[in-house]
Amino acid sequence: MNDLQFLTWVRGTGLNIAVSIFLLGVFWRLFEIYSLGHKKDLSAPRHASGASGLHTVFRRSLPPPGMLKRSPVSYIGGYIFHIGLFIVVFGFAPHILLIKSLTGLSWPALPSQFVNLAAIVTMAAMVVVLFDRINKPVKRFLSTFEDWFTWAVTFLPVLTGWMAFEHMLLPYTTMLALHILSVQLLLVVLPFTKLFHVFTLFGSRWYNGRVNGHKGVPV
Amino acid sequence: MQGPLIDNLVRQGISRRTFLKYCATLASMMALPPTAGRAMAEAMAASRRPSVIWLPFQECTGCTESITRSHSPTIEGMIFDMISLDYQETLMAAAGFQAEEARHQAMKENMGKYLLIVDGSIPLGQDGAFSCTAGRSNLETLKEAAAGAAAIVAMGSCASFGGIPKANPNPTGAVSVSDIIKDKPIVNIPGCPPIPVVMTGVLAHYLTFGTLPELDDKGRPKSFYGETIHDRCYRRPFYDQGKFAKTFDDEGARNGWCLFELGCKGPVTHNACATTKWNGGTSWPVESGHGCLGCSEPDFWDAGGFYKALSMPADPLKFVAVAAVAGAAVGVGVSIANRAKKGSAKAAHETTTLADLEK
Repeated sequence: MNDLQFLTWVRGTGLNIAVSIFLLGVFWRLFEIYSLGHKKDLSAPRHASGASGLHTVFRRSLPPPGMLKRSPVSYIGGYIFHIGLFIVVFGFAPHILLIKSLTGLSWPALPSQFVNLAAIVTMAAMVVVLFDRINKPVKRFLSTFEDWFTWAVTFLPVLTGWMAFEHMLLPYTTMLALHILSVQLLLVVLPFTKLFHVFTLFGSRWYNGRVNGHKGVPV
Repeated sequence: MQGPLIDNLVRQGISRRTFLKYCATLASMMALPPTAGRAMAEAMAASRRPSVIWLPFQECTGCTESITRSHSPTIEGMIFDMISLDYQETLMAAAGFQAEEARHQAMKENMGKYLLIVDGSIPLGQDGAFSCTAGRSNLETLKEAAAGAAAIVAMGSCASFGGIPKANPNPTGAVSVSDIIKDKPIVNIPGCPPIPVVMTGVLAHYLTFGTLPELDDKGRPKSFYGETIHDRCYRRPFYDQGKFAKTFDDEGARNGWCLFELGCKGPVTHNACATTKWNGGTSWPVESGHGCLGCSEPDFWDAGGFYKALSMPADPLKFVAVAAVAGAAVGVGVSIANRAKKGSAKAAHETTTLADLEK
């Protein structure tokens, strides 16, 4: 198999398999999670200002008082790489074209050089966050294989995409194929790892906010 | 005419100065040092015309059309005339027995020294019966001609990689020259058709240095196939700015914006079209408003469609709907199991009394 055949495979059969597993996993997990339900809370609801599902959805996006100072890397680094990923995934013209061909939705692209810069910043932030995880004994202690693995499968598509764009290390065709393959790896593992927070983030915040709101506790 | 090349050139009104300029241009196109231009001129001027045998197999004659038409009457065309082209079915006056005789004679006289040019793929299906010349299969003819060749030039994508005849489902069992011949130096000059100057460049290199130019991993001369169309494209700045033509006649297309979204394969295609252009530097596909088809890459015909952007799926996603339904079914199944577990836990629940705790 030569490089163009490899690229055609990842664009065809590979994509077909990856997107299928991704959708299978997403539907499976969503049905499973949202059908769990919870026992009815029979106590009388207590009302407190700021205690509701919606409040929690927004509140959890900001660091609690004092936490920014105690763990700046988690918050600042986390924000930077999430926004960076958003720009890279949804701002790059070829990505928008893929989304358009799959869903019919499209929007104007950002200049490639800006997306390139965003990719570099994203990777830098991810490396800093990883280093922090290794460096801080508590974080390291709490980390499992899944944490390292999900970091890697998130980092690889950005790295390979950037290297393809910059023509580094390998010929563009091969690197582009590796980039698409790494995205497929991400798609396959996403529904079955903590990366599923892409779908459950706001739902779970709402759930926690709602349950605690019933008790009159703004979380 | 077996005399030195320069005599022939002079006879045809080509001055030494023009010839030197040509050699210098060729040398620079092939990324050779400036001194190579002079060396090339000296070697080529003094050289006797090398015998060249051109074998057409499963092909459309587009390669021959390209070589003969687009550069005539430029100096490249003259150089092309100056080799001793002893067998070329399209161009030769002889036919039938005479033609075959000419080939056999050339092969005999120049044993081990002639250049073999092949265009077209070689069918292996039905014992090669899909393409025969003078009652012999292409496979047989190729093996015989290759045995006495100094080197082989696989001209065009069919000879280099199988090309269109090899496209899915490859009914004739077409293969490339390098799939069959393993013991001779082979240079691939893919393209559908290839650029004429690439051929003359390779020949000039061979005449000057007695070797084939440096090749990439697909056997193509690095000097012509070292960079992608995309990297040398004059529309590249629009790609970087995110300005794309959406259709072939919208404002973007009229403004010369990037053709990536219209399926241009420039980013994965290695060829010299963007720099040498076609028809004596007149234009080239992207300049005329159409994206690159990727014709100098192996299996370009089966690379997911000419009008699909590289980042788009090569095939329709077939299993997606089934996968989504299956996923939902598994999810529902798991949730039913979870609820059953919860229900049975509830049913099995026993109330703990104070007495139990004091036991």
